[in-house]
Amino acid sequence: MDVIKPNQVDEVVRNNVVLSTVDAAFNWCRSRSLWPLTFGLACCAIEMMATADTRYDLARFGSEVFRPSPRQCDLMIIAGTITKKMQPVVKRLYEQMAEPKYVLAMGSCAISGGPFVDSYNVVLGGDTFLPVDVYVPGCPPRPEALIYGILQLREKVANPKKIEGLRKHG
Amino acid sequence: MEKSFFNTIADALRNWLMNGLGFSDTAAQLTATAIWTLVVILFILMNLIVLVWLERKFSAFFQQRRGPNRLGPAGFLQFPVDIVKVLGKEDIIPANADKTVFKIASTCLFITTILAWAVIPLGDGVILADLNIGLFYFLAIGSTATVSLMMGGFSSNNKYSLIGGMRTVAQMISYEIPMIFSLLGVVMMVGSLRLSDVVAAQQNMWFIVPQAIAFLVYFVATVAETNRGPFDLAEGEQELVAGYFTEYSGIRYAIWMIAEYGNLVAVSTIASIMFLGGWNAPFGLTFIPGFVWLLLKIYFMIFLFMWVKWTYPRIRIDHLMHFGWKFLIPVSLANILVTGIGIYVYRLIIG
Repeated sequence: MDVIKPNQVDEVVRNNVVLSTVDAAFNWCRSRSLWPLTFGLACCAIEMMATADTRYDLARFGSEVFRPSPRQCDLMIIAGTITKKMQPVVKRLYEQMAEPKYVLAMGSCAISGGPFVDSYNVVLGGDTFLPVDVYVPGCPPRPEALIYGILQLREKVANPKKIEGLRKHG
Repeated sequence: MEKSFFNTIADALRNWLMNGLGFSDTAAQLTATAIWTLVVILFILMNLIVLVWLERKFSAFFQQRRGPNRLGPAGFLQFPVDIVKVLGKEDIIPANADKTVFKIASTCLFITTILAWAVIPLGDGVILADLNIGLFYFLAIGSTATVSLMMGGFSSNNKYSLIGGMRTVAQMISYEIPMIFSLLGVVMMVGSLRLSDVVAAQQNMWFIVPQAIAFLVYFVATVAETNRGPFDLAEGEQELVAGYFTEYSGIRYAIWMIAEYGNLVAVSTIASIMFLGGWNAPFGLTFIPGFVWLLLKIYFMIFLFMWVKWTYPRIRIDHLMHFGWKFLIPVSLANILVTGIGIYVYRLIIG
């Protein structure tokens, strides 16, 4: 009976003290400022630009800064068809990015090859060579869908434990 | 008003150090200077938070967007979150880079920014060192910033960085000349390079009135000098990735940005002091402290810089060079000539 269980902690302390780890704080900040890489492969890139522009304004969620240099950004949005010629370049860009880095596959082509699935020169999806975090389906996806995808990625970055649990159950 | 306030604090501090803690005269002086330096650095960094927020909000305003609005009031906490994230990023140093130079380059630029702040007054008597060659010192330190930009561009061992660094050097050296010439007109009218003398000479009339052309030349030249749009060719995304800081990641990249914003505040402060009357209150509104007036003027200048940046598209490098050498330098030289003749005629009339 001497052991104080976590649910026996004084109500006052529980309500007034926030305990967290440095990791959790860093993850929270990372999730709130995902800077995408300025790069597009095909028509999805036009929707990505529309997302950042006046009508949809991705800047509201802290993803305002589209950095041109892969060293300074956190999120790679694969926006468009990855051809076999372009695949090594995309891979190299990913490798040039600084950790922690995340990948978002935008559109059917980046997910699975899309309408070009039986073409001789198209890579069948970004996840054949990159660790994709979030898939945004559509051909191309609307800007709202991309914003939703980035918000889902934010959840994933902020709560790595939760995502691990989900993965365990398939 | 604020002279008494800030000086009282400084005197109290010195008294406490000497009498309370038994410091010698020199030690007390050194400690007080160190504390004041810390205050200046904090001033730069606090400005930075406001500036980045303003930059984002203004760019959103000029592009009919909302800007960051999720974190904190009107997105004010977006930048602190960004900084924490940048702190947690991987620090990449390219394998073939000149590693020592690569590591110190961004810090070098930050050091020049802080050194320039040594002579910039933030109010009557609120100054680290009121040199009699204050303006000369500011310009001299400002021109050494070129070296750190070149260090960053050269040491990255990246062709885009190198071209960006070379461009920055060409641009900054070209635009330093009209910038200095435009300030010479004011110096001729005051007859002193001490910044507090310049402000004291503007009791009755701000120098933007007799030196309007010089003000415009100074404004254009400092836009180029601080590498801001529409003259931000050094980091032109469409051709140079990110210019001289292409290879920088994490906190080293953040230091570049901090130094650039520090320079922006510095040139805005110099513009307010040289042309907009410094801490002199306009229309006899002396019940507002001079420090507040100076801040208002600085932020008005910063607003102008941001307005220009987010309104005009980037221009081409040869157009930039032609504009600097064939237009700004002759105009600023003509301004010096006209100012000289004006002073001569004035003396003839007054006697």
